Parts: sequence; structure tokens; C-alpha cells
Amino acid sequence: MLHSQNIESHTLSVLVDNEPGVLARVVGLFSGRGYNIDSLTVSETEHQKHLSRITVVTTGTPRIIEQIKSQLGRLIPVRSVIDLTVMGPPLERELALIKVAGRGENRVEALRLADAFRATVIDATVEHFVFEITGRSNKIGQFIELMVPLGLVEVARTGVASIMRGKEAT
Amino acid sequence: MAQEMTGAQIVIKALVDQGVEVIFGYPGGAVLPIYDALFQQNKLRHILVRHEQGAVHAAEGYARSTGKPGVVLVTSGPGATNAVTGLTDALLDSIPIICITGQVPAHLIGSDAFQEADVVGITRPCTKHNYLIKDPDKLAKAMHEAFYVATNGRPGPVVIDIPKNVQFATAKYSAPDNSGHKTYRPQKKGDQQAIRQAVELISKAKRPLLYTGGGIINSGPVASKLLRQFVKITGIPITSTLMGLGAYPASGKEWLGMLGMHGTYEANNAMHDCDVMINIGARFDDRITGRIDAFSPDSKKIHIDIDPSSINKNIIVDIPIIGDCAFVLEEMIRIWKAKSAKIDETALSKWNGQIDEWRASECLSYVQGKDIIMPQYAIERLYELTKDKDTYISTEVGQHQMWAAQHYHFEEPNRWMTSGGLGTMGYGLPAAVGIQLAHPKSLVIDIAGEASVMMNIQEISTAIQYRLPIKVFILNNRYMGMIRQWQELLHGGRYSESYSEALPDFVKLAEAFGGVGIRTEKPDELDDAIKEMISVDRPVIFDCLVEKNENCFPMIPSGAAHNEMLMGPDDVEGSVSEKGKVLV
Repeated sequence: MLHSQNIESHTLSVLVDNEPGVLARVVGLFSGRGYNIDSLTVSETEHQKHLSRITVVTTGTPRIIEQIKSQLGRLIPVRSVIDLTVMGPPLERELALIKVAGRGENRVEALRLADAFRATVIDATVEHFVFEITGRSNKIGQFIELMVPLGLVEVARTGVASIMRGKEAT
Repeated sequence: MAQEMTGAQIVIKALVDQGVEVIFGYPGGAVLPIYDALFQQNKLRHILVRHEQGAVHAAEGYARSTGKPGVVLVTSGPGATNAVTGLTDALLDSIPIICITGQVPAHLIGSDAFQEADVVGITRPCTKHNYLIKDPDKLAKAMHEAFYVATNGRPGPVVIDIPKNVQFATAKYSAPDNSGHKTYRPQKKGDQQAIRQAVELISKAKRPLLYTGGGIINSGPVASKLLRQFVKITGIPITSTLMGLGAYPASGKEWLGMLGMHGTYEANNAMHDCDVMINIGARFDDRITGRIDAFSPDSKKIHIDIDPSSINKNIIVDIPIIGDCAFVLEEMIRIWKAKSAKIDETALSKWNGQIDEWRASECLSYVQGKDIIMPQYAIERLYELTKDKDTYISTEVGQHQMWAAQHYHFEEPNRWMTSGGLGTMGYGLPAAVGIQLAHPKSLVIDIAGEASVMMNIQEISTAIQYRLPIKVFILNNRYMGMIRQWQELLHGGRYSESYSEALPDFVKLAEAFGGVGIRTEKPDELDDAIKEMISVDRPVIFDCLVEKNENCFPMIPSGAAHNEMLMGPDDVEGSVSEKGKVLV
């Protein structure tokens, strides 16, 4: 239970009023209280209601995770804090754009691996590819690892978006 | 049809409609339109402080002594940054404050304009909530919402940053409409099931203890009444944090005195040995718990708090109840009576016997000689000579504050104003200004140290201007006493920079400001001097020269448990562990 010192990773879905500074409040809370942010995605999700969803992947002991949730809940523009990991396991996806440059056999191998990972080419010259890949974070991480020896130039990742299975809203 | 008015007029109108009578502030370029609107009305009284930090502390004193929110008006840039300490103080002690800050005109924001500061950025972590109002049409609603947010749930400071162009612009005013906030609805009523479990647990307790805090004061006078009722029907002994003093009368036979780092021997030992702890409106702060892993090891813990994040933050509890103390207490009493619950009388009287043994240690005793006034004696005499009057006490921060908490005894809530969470030196004098404004006929005393009081000494000028007969009672030991005490305990008595060098002549200082100065250093002159202070109907600075080297005991040293208290200087040697030394 709460006494455990095990570090766990949790995905929190935080529904907030889309008003100026709301992201700064959330991020400031994490830095101010010494919590971790492993991944963060934020975007307006319901324009009419001025709602944004912030998805945070964080790590901590179960006790810290509880604190993070109640501290988030204390922020005035925060409407709800849902621990998807507790309710879950949730669906989690991330998108990455990965630039790989090279010629010859490396280039062919990169394309072959991209195909295996269902990454698509969204830009190319004879000397480079930009791949678009979506999937769970560890799949993306694995793909990036494989690209390193093949001429990895740079990576842009969106961070995790996450939602529960089933027909109900969380 | 809603009226059109300027942003500045909207600010004033909203304050008046919210029932505000007094605001504390200091003008500046970016709030001139509001000051102009203030000039042209006569419903709001403005108190001109001498420093913006003083404005916030004065508003805190006003708020704590009345239960109403305190209101502050300051300018952009330095006006706002000077207010930051006060805002943080109000956040940590959960005091409802509305702080209106002027801002450079919206089109200049971000250009490093003259007296520009990112006030919403700076105050985000030190307020409960804040606003930057760029649209004049949203100003009225934000003003009303700010009052709702500051006073509902766990109270706290709210900043409204208003660019100068918005103060000039015209917009429609909307009156308060009880809409509160679109989503913020703090839970006030506790969970029934949990309250029933709590009642059950209490009725089976052998060694129960109430540990109460500032939440009872913040909840309002009803909570204090209910607390007294609950103690009356159960007979459970009770201790309180620094912030909660007065909720339960110090004259009550169940009263154990304050707990924590400088709490009483009986209170702290009872915390350590109790089997059921009932925390109402306190937050297991580190000044209270001492060493966490040795904190009250054998007790089941009930925790009543309006803020869910207080639950299990520092101490894991068995029965958390989220709600307003008054609601929960009322429900507990109702269920207790409905179930005809009974406390285990035999066990309780045995427990009380144990407590009496601890009491017999007389942990607050001291020796008063003929020549030098002991600081405890000064407080004790001050108490004896003012207890039958309508008295309010504020303090600065340090040894004098702890001695005041130990030796001044409070019978009612809202009579004791001190900076608990942040520990802000310089709090007490401006707080006294705010208290005296709220209670013009009462006796308002700032129990001060000679070092702390210098941090906001300029506010004596405010007291003079508004003829506020506050009394600044300085325990002058020529040291930053608490710092010196810690240096003695932890740093081999190397009193690095803790001597109050080049002190002013406080009597002349009082006179220079236009007040009255009194000095005494003989124990046999003290009573007469205090009586004189009370009888003067003007601001007084009372320079009470006390023993220089007295330390504040009892004490739980850093990193120690409740049952490892230092009772006096003889216990000090080697009392702080290496681990304890890094704690504050």
C-alpha cells in the first residue's frame, strides 16, 4: 500500500480549464514540489467548453503519486485528475518524427526496419528519410535505438496521449 | 441594465459589494486610476502603509481577527514583489487575502517596461489562485470570483493583476451573484461512513487525544463552539498547534497546552503515547511531528481536513475525513449522541492520571531573580495584567513568539495572530495595525523581539497616522534569540551574526515617530510599566530588557521524537544527531 517505497510510473489525465497560465500552474507544481515529469502532452480537447487535457506520465512511490494527484486537484482551474494507470491499463500512444541520413546498405536497412515498425516516410531525399511512427513509448524508443547506427540525425516526440478502453468517458 | 463604468470604478464597486470596509495599500504609477476612484468615494477606507509587505500582514491581521478576507492594493513591479512575502505567509497559514496589483498597460507587457514584473508568474506558487485581467469585461466577474476562491475551501491569498489600460477602460459592472466559480466546489461535508468509523474508534479508545489546528479557527467561531462541546461530552484531553490556540480555552481542565517543537511536556508525551489521535484542522507539520518514523507509533489516527492534499502528506492516517471542521464536528457530535456512545471512563481516568504525572514536570517553569527580567516572566505579567481586557495578541517570529504561545493563555479564537507556517519576522507590527483597525476599542499588543520588530518597524508610522493605539511589547535580549539558541545547540556556541548590534533607542524611536516609548529592566518595575502602557491611548513601543541568554524550553530538537524532549539547558549536550543537524 502507501508504505511501499517502490517507484511506479503513472499516467495521469488532467482535465483543465483552457485559460492562460494553466500549464504553467501544473508544470510549476511539479518542479516546485520536486515531482518528476517523464512525459507531458497538452492540447485543447473541447473548444466549446474551453477544456484542455494534460496527460502527464510521472514516477514516484505510491504515496508520492497520491500527493501529486491531490496537489493537482487543489489547483483552481483543474476539473479532474484521473489516474489512468490505476483504472487501466489504458491505451497509450505517442508519435515521433525521426530523421535518418545515410547512403547504401544503411539506408536500405533503415527503410526495412521502418516497414517492420509500421513507420511511414514523410520526407526523403537520396540522402535522408524522415519517418513518422506512432505507438507505445517503448516501441518508439526501440525504433530510435535501432536507427542510431544507421544514421540517426534527430528526433521529435509528442509525449504520451492516453485514454481508457471502453465506451465510457473517464 | 448593467452600468458602464471604468475598470477602476469596477474594482471599488466590487470591493464595496463584497462587504469590504478597509483596504491596505500603497499607491504607484500603475494603480493611479484605482487610487483616483478611491478618492472619489467614501465607502471604502484606505489605510496607507509604509511598505507593501506591511500591507499584506496588516490585511492578514485584519482577516484573522475578524474572519473576513483582508484586502490589499499595491502597484506593479516593486509594489507587487514587496507583497510576495506577505502572500506566501497567507498561503502557508491559510488566510483569505485579496491582493490587487496594478500592472503596466497590456500592450507593454513583456517589454521590460518601467516597474514591470511578471506578477502572475511570480505569485503563482505563493497564492491560492491568481488572475491577469486583460479584458475589462471580465474584471467584475474575476473580482467576485476571487472572493469566492479566497474564502471557500482552505482559505488563501488571491492576486488580481490589472493592467493600467484596463483600469481606464469602461465596461459593464455585474453584481455578485453567488455563482462562485464554474468548477471549484470544495467539499465541506465529511463522508458519513468515515465519521461513523471515527466515532466508533473514539468510543473504544483507551488513551484518546485531540490535536487541533488553525483549521478550526479558519472554519469560524462555530467550529470552536462545537469543539468545546465535543470535549465536554467526551472528556478527551486536547492539545493544539501554534495556529490553533484559542479554539479551546487554555483554562479548560482538558487543555494540555501547545504541542510541537516548543510544546509542553504533557502535550508531546500524550501525542507519543495516545492510542487514538483525532487531528482536527491541523496538518502534521514538521514542527509538530518531530522525527516522522517515531511519531506517535501506537495510535490510530483520524484526520479531519478541508484540503485533500493534507491527507497522508506527512503522516499516514487510518481514517481521513475531508471536510470543513465545523460540519464534521457537528456530525460527529450528532452521531455520538444518537448512538449514545460513551468514552471508556476507567481508561480515560487512568490516561488522565498519566497526563497529570507529565504535567507535574512543570516544563514551563523558570526562575525569576531580583535583578533581571526573565522573558517568560514578562509574558506572564503581560498576560495577568491584560487577560481581563478585550485583548488581541500578534507576534513576530522567534523565541518571544514561542514564549508568548507558552505563557500567554487564550480563551477565545481569533485572539492570537502569529506567522506559523512561513515564520515571517516582521509580521507582528503590521498585523497589529490591521487588528486594531478591525477592533478600534480593543487592546492590541504585538509581542515582539528586538530583531524581528526592526524588519517592519516603519509601520509604527502607519499606526501613528491613523491613531491606532497598538502596543509593541519588545522582549529585548539583544540577540536574534532563536538563532542564538540553535547556534548554541548545533554550532558550538559560535554566534555568527546573531547579535543585535547597533540597536536603536526604542524609546526615542517611538517618540521620533510620534508615539510613546517605555523602557523597563527591573522585575519590580515591570507591572507598573505594563499598566502605564495599557493606559496610554496612543501607539507605544515598550522596550522590555530581558535576560540575554535564556533559551526556549522545552524543546524537541531536530530529528528527535516527542518523548525525547529537552527540558532545560542541562539536557542540551549532544542532543542533536548528525541527521537532525541538517533539518531546520
